[in-house]
Amino acid sequence: MPTEPSNPHSQDASTTVQFRIWRGDSTGGTFHTYPVAVSEGMVVLDCVHRIQAEQANDLAVRWNCKAGKCGSCSAEINGQPKLMCMTRMETLPAGQPVTVEPLRAFPSIRDLVTDVSWNFRVKKKIKPFKPRKPDNADGSWTMMQEDVDRVQEFRKCIECFLCQDVCHVLRDHHKHDEFIGPRFLMYTAALEMHPLDTEDRIADLKNNDGIGYCNITKCCTKVCPEHIGITDNAIIPMKERVVDEFYDPMTRLFRMFKPKR
Amino acid sequence: MSFPDGFIVHEHDVLVIGAGGAGLRAAIEASGAGVTVGVICKSLLGKAHTVMAEGGMAAAMGNVDDRDNWEVHFADTMRGGQYLNNPIMAEHHAKESPERVRELESWGAVFDRTKEGKILQRNFGGHRYPRLAHVGDRTGLELIRTLQDHGIHQGMEVFMEMTVVSLLKSGGRIAGVLGYDRERGRMHVWKAKAVILATGGIGKSFRITSNSWEGTGDGHSLAYHAGAELMDMEFVQFHPTGMVWPPSVRGILVTEGVRGEGGVLRNSEGKRFMFDDVPDAYRSQVASNEEEGWRYVCGDKNANRPPELLTRDHVARCINREIKAGRGSPHGGVFLDIAWIKEKIPNASAHIQRKLPSMYHQFKQLAGVDITTERMEVGPTTHYVMGGVAVDGDTQESCVPGLFAAGEVTAGLHGANRLGGNSLSDLVVFGKLAGEHAAKFAKANRAVEVDPAQINDHTQEIEKVFDRPTGENPFAIQYALQDAMQDLVGIVRTEKEMQLALVKIEELKKRYKKVGITGHREYNPGWHTSIDLNCMLTVSESITRSALERKESRGAQFRDDFPEKSAECATFNLVAKKAPDGTMEIRRRPIVAMRPDLKAIIEKMK
Repeated sequence: MPTEPSNPHSQDASTTVQFRIWRGDSTGGTFHTYPVAVSEGMVVLDCVHRIQAEQANDLAVRWNCKAGKCGSCSAEINGQPKLMCMTRMETLPAGQPVTVEPLRAFPSIRDLVTDVSWNFRVKKKIKPFKPRKPDNADGSWTMMQEDVDRVQEFRKCIECFLCQDVCHVLRDHHKHDEFIGPRFLMYTAALEMHPLDTEDRIADLKNNDGIGYCNITKCCTKVCPEHIGITDNAIIPMKERVVDEFYDPMTRLFRMFKPKR
Repeated sequence: MSFPDGFIVHEHDVLVIGAGGAGLRAAIEASGAGVTVGVICKSLLGKAHTVMAEGGMAAAMGNVDDRDNWEVHFADTMRGGQYLNNPIMAEHHAKESPERVRELESWGAVFDRTKEGKILQRNFGGHRYPRLAHVGDRTGLELIRTLQDHGIHQGMEVFMEMTVVSLLKSGGRIAGVLGYDRERGRMHVWKAKAVILATGGIGKSFRITSNSWEGTGDGHSLAYHAGAELMDMEFVQFHPTGMVWPPSVRGILVTEGVRGEGGVLRNSEGKRFMFDDVPDAYRSQVASNEEEGWRYVCGDKNANRPPELLTRDHVARCINREIKAGRGSPHGGVFLDIAWIKEKIPNASAHIQRKLPSMYHQFKQLAGVDITTERMEVGPTTHYVMGGVAVDGDTQESCVPGLFAAGEVTAGLHGANRLGGNSLSDLVVFGKLAGEHAAKFAKANRAVEVDPAQINDHTQEIEKVFDRPTGENPFAIQYALQDAMQDLVGIVRTEKEMQLALVKIEELKKRYKKVGITGHREYNPGWHTSIDLNCMLTVSESITRSALERKESRGAQFRDDFPEKSAECATFNLVAKKAPDGTMEIRRRPIVAMRPDLKAIIEKMK
């Protein structure tokens, strides 16, 4: 990193921490150890950058905003899925090496960079937003804050894909072809709960998106850097809607007489 | 025609470089016009710097204060830009931004609401009335996600993690672009009838910046080397409030929304120093005491704004003055206090967390500061460049036929200083115009062939760093450039320091020719930085040369050796252009004359 301007308070004595960083590509790789001088307030991404600038110019890492807003620098730090830019060194055990690996639920490209393109393909398959006709002559709608609070919570998502990485359905069972993962179950929930939306995605959730695979272990919620209630607020209500629509006997009876959409 | 081996060739009617707000909006418009569209993202889709925008997007919808209308917004923008703006662009912007905001809502954006269920608008520096449509303090995320989620269904082809190295021309016209993909390091040629630059800003030329690694002025540099003009490059906005501690987060943005919600600036003596220095042009709009300022924040239409909500250039200079005078905070900033509002409203802590959630988390997690009970430490950070590619105000086309530009990479809308909130609206208003006119151009003109010789030359240029594994470290040159620009061409400028900066830039150009990298082509950050460096050097030179030529203080440019505005300098914009011998020429261009009806609006609003 660039040297900061001289300031007595930023010249804190640094300590050396050993970083074990996974380096390799789709054919395999190993951990390399780099000593890094760490000073107060540094985050893991700073350390990776310092290694990159001083010891390994070709160390591949994906990052952008460095403020927890873009969701690019996802990695597994000491085995935990985290954003490197938001993980302060003080929060890791002192005096011990720090292990940094790429997300394991996705194919490796190189070093800490993984191929997350599957997520972009999944999103494209979800039926897009389809609003009702505008309420007002100027093309606008009237919506109350309390009616959009929940949707706004889901829209905080920065698409870091940590929830996808930690989900055992994807990580351990590799159901990428049958299950869209917590990120996109929540994305669907945000569309379904949008006060203006008129589309119906409930059948897709059941038949194409594999919502039944989720057994509510809440691992996704635990790793979400935006603290979104993915499981309780998004996935469970969507599961309930699927049940109401497809498994509730009264609804099934009612549907037999309902005109088709 | 034949290409050298190993090139991957694509073909589109319109090619958009950049996938932030402007690029995506342009791509949506062009796709809707029925032409084929490609979009090149430097990062993954949805990660562009737009995502960092916090406060909101300015649009005179009058939802909160019905006295607002496009004329007031137009006058505010021109005043903020010290009348060096292109009035045609300021007019487009003020008139069309409300429609662009409503359009985002129709594509799924969910803005915060008023009690009546309309889109809520907040106060911001330099805007006469509450005007910023917003979503807490993550408006940029809402904007880019909405455009992304709508855009992927419009038929555009998206290329992620690819970087453009050069624009290709044929017979004076744009013919396509040359670039490479980061994943494999393969070279790509995109043939296109029209190209839209939407590459954002240049903040990485400075050491302390709110910009991500991508802000290296790629579009500015590509356009310049292709023969387009860069205008107003001396005007670099230093946002008054960036984080200052801990060191590793220095420069990260603290939204102006904090002040819009009632946050105040104090020095080490506890004094609200902004009351001491109010520019004449704003005196009639500024609160005369703290009580009036708070009433303004609460929505009292008879109250004037607190001085913390003056324009960014002015607030940044005042903060800089306090720090230099020894009245700064422990880590070299000043104090920004939002916690004090607990004296005024019940449940202040919950209110702050709801209105400023990102700021709350950012300070809590990165600095260990709870902004609902403690003061923040803030200082100026390089944030935005008002200057950029000179374009036609109606069509966004540059002087190179077929080359369009939109968003931060263009000059014109903001003049000498941008108002907060005018950037997000800039992206969608001019993204749309650029998309529309690029599509028109593509329909009206046949494709021209790209020249294999150009492709070969440019490719060799970026590949030769591999032949010098023990050459100069590209990161070291980058840091040296950032230091030079920060220390010598920063908030306060002088002839002497800027001449020294030019000397350093020339030295760095020489070192740049000796850059070497290790490793191979796949996802190699060293290689990437070596390519970015060329852009950063070009941009830094244009900023420095323009700043030297403008011998006055106006808007974002403050010259210690010329501390006043000069009447003569009010009559021109500065334009940087590549001369036939390859050197950079700076020329004066008379400012765009204002139509009488627009002039009358300015007079009326004075």
